[in-house]
Amino acid sequence: MTTVVTENCQRCRFTDCVTVCPVDCFHGDDEMLYIDPEVCIDCGACVPECPVQAIFEEADIPDGMEKWVEINAEKAANLPVVNEQTDPLPTAEARKTELGF
Amino acid sequence: MSDGLGSEGNPLKVLIVGSGPSGFYAADALLKADTTVEVDILDRLPTPFGLVRAGVAPDHAKIKSATKAYDKISDNPNVSFLGNVTFGRDVSLAEIQATHHAVIFTCGAESDRRLGIPGEDLAGSHTATEFVYWYNGHPDYRDHVFDLSQEVAVIIGQGNVAADVCRILAKTVDELKNTDIAEHALDALSQSKIRDIHMIGRRGPAQAKFTHAELKEFGELADCDPVIDPAILDLNAASQAELEDKTNRSAIKNIETLTAFSQRPAGSKSRRLHFRFLEGPTELKGGEHLAAVTLMKNRLEGEAFNQWAEETGETVDLPCGLLFRSIGYRGVPVPDIPFDDKKGVFPNKEGRITNDGSVLPGVYCAGWIKRGPSGIIGTNRPDSVETVGSLLADLSGLDASQKPGGAGLRTLLEGKGVRVVSYEDWQKIDAAEIAKGEAKGKPREKFTRINDMLAALS
Repeated sequence: MTTVVTENCQRCRFTDCVTVCPVDCFHGDDEMLYIDPEVCIDCGACVPECPVQAIFEEADIPDGMEKWVEINAEKAANLPVVNEQTDPLPTAEARKTELGF
Repeated sequence: MSDGLGSEGNPLKVLIVGSGPSGFYAADALLKADTTVEVDILDRLPTPFGLVRAGVAPDHAKIKSATKAYDKISDNPNVSFLGNVTFGRDVSLAEIQATHHAVIFTCGAESDRRLGIPGEDLAGSHTATEFVYWYNGHPDYRDHVFDLSQEVAVIIGQGNVAADVCRILAKTVDELKNTDIAEHALDALSQSKIRDIHMIGRRGPAQAKFTHAELKEFGELADCDPVIDPAILDLNAASQAELEDKTNRSAIKNIETLTAFSQRPAGSKSRRLHFRFLEGPTELKGGEHLAAVTLMKNRLEGEAFNQWAEETGETVDLPCGLLFRSIGYRGVPVPDIPFDDKKGVFPNKEGRITNDGSVLPGVYCAGWIKRGPSGIIGTNRPDSVETVGSLLADLSGLDASQKPGGAGLRTLLEGKGVRVVSYEDWQKIDAAEIAKGEAKGKPREKFTRINDMLAALS
């Protein structure tokens, strides 16, 4: 079991999630965030923080999004930790509206 | 002013009272600040980590690995731990103000809210936290006794702690024996006669506070079937509207899972966990020992996301011999610090402790004692960050004289005969517990008496 960030984070990167992570398990690139499954403790604190519901516990991942488990593990291993909130991407508000949140 | 407070020549010395998550996140936020700091973390127990050790359920081992992050914070040479020291008994506020520039209380919410109904103190009626501390080996609760010879247990409340208590009562010894549950609790639970566990909520299934992850666990237990009356899932219009809001994901998932439970064929396992909604206790009945709880039937009133439970006047008696209330927590007052008795917290403005509205200089709080008992481990991080932000903003107003800090406090305490437990000492206790557990296939076997913890150091 782990918790994963999925495609809704792309073009958003709100980073609300990182402020409540008890173990600094978020990593990021310019596009989105990823969770390091080796560090995440599955507490679920980040899940309700995401304004666009990009984060899922593995057991609750919607059909078709399973690939994100592997992507999170691979990307997180090679990217820096993000543990402080930063400004969302300039496209974030438009994307949020587009996603219906 | 080369020796301004927070400079290398005059580090900001902060004492944190309480070594749970909020205390460690406050320490972390101080270490990350653009200020030279020394942080000392006090705890009344010889063991750190607060509710991560004494609250998180033993079968949720992964959550407990949050302590790895606290180990990392403690590795910083500017952080020290002073365990086995009780604020107000071993050391006063005035003494701390002589050794440190500021103090942050992160001492949590250690007592339970009361139901305020007749019979609440009958034998067999307990708080959920007593049970939680007991199965987690907290020294204060080592000798508590719960009458597990009863067949029916009732849990009032449907939050995370209520779910933990239900699950520990519902699990078999085989499901618990390889966790870090305290030996005395496992022994007692192995003799349990509990067959029916009722989890009672005042509002409806769409308003339940347990998380979906916790709910799902009740469908996967070795010898306990989840039971729910399908009729209770016939939701009122406002609850249906709540579920149509896709941001309400946890409730949507909970209803899916409860519906799946209700559609299961009758189970044959030896224990049953009954999910009950729209009921609230009005009286505990019995002679000396609890024999039944009277439940008032409720209905929901109000608009979506603002619904409350309105009593219908119809009651039902549920026979039971064991009851746990889990309806919220309260902080406990400590000497020299103002206390908001209504909210059960230290009165504060953004973490600055206040007395009748005016700020006490250099005295702060974070976590449950600041905001009340809400959220989970990670929720405390932004809360501690806010308090540290207040402290750092106040820096120029604090007494900037050189202070002896942790070394001075340790000398003071040792002069009073207090056996101060350092982080290195704790690591010895930790290693001894892990070694004790290894032989039994457990991640650790906790010391449950302070004397035994201290004996492991000699």
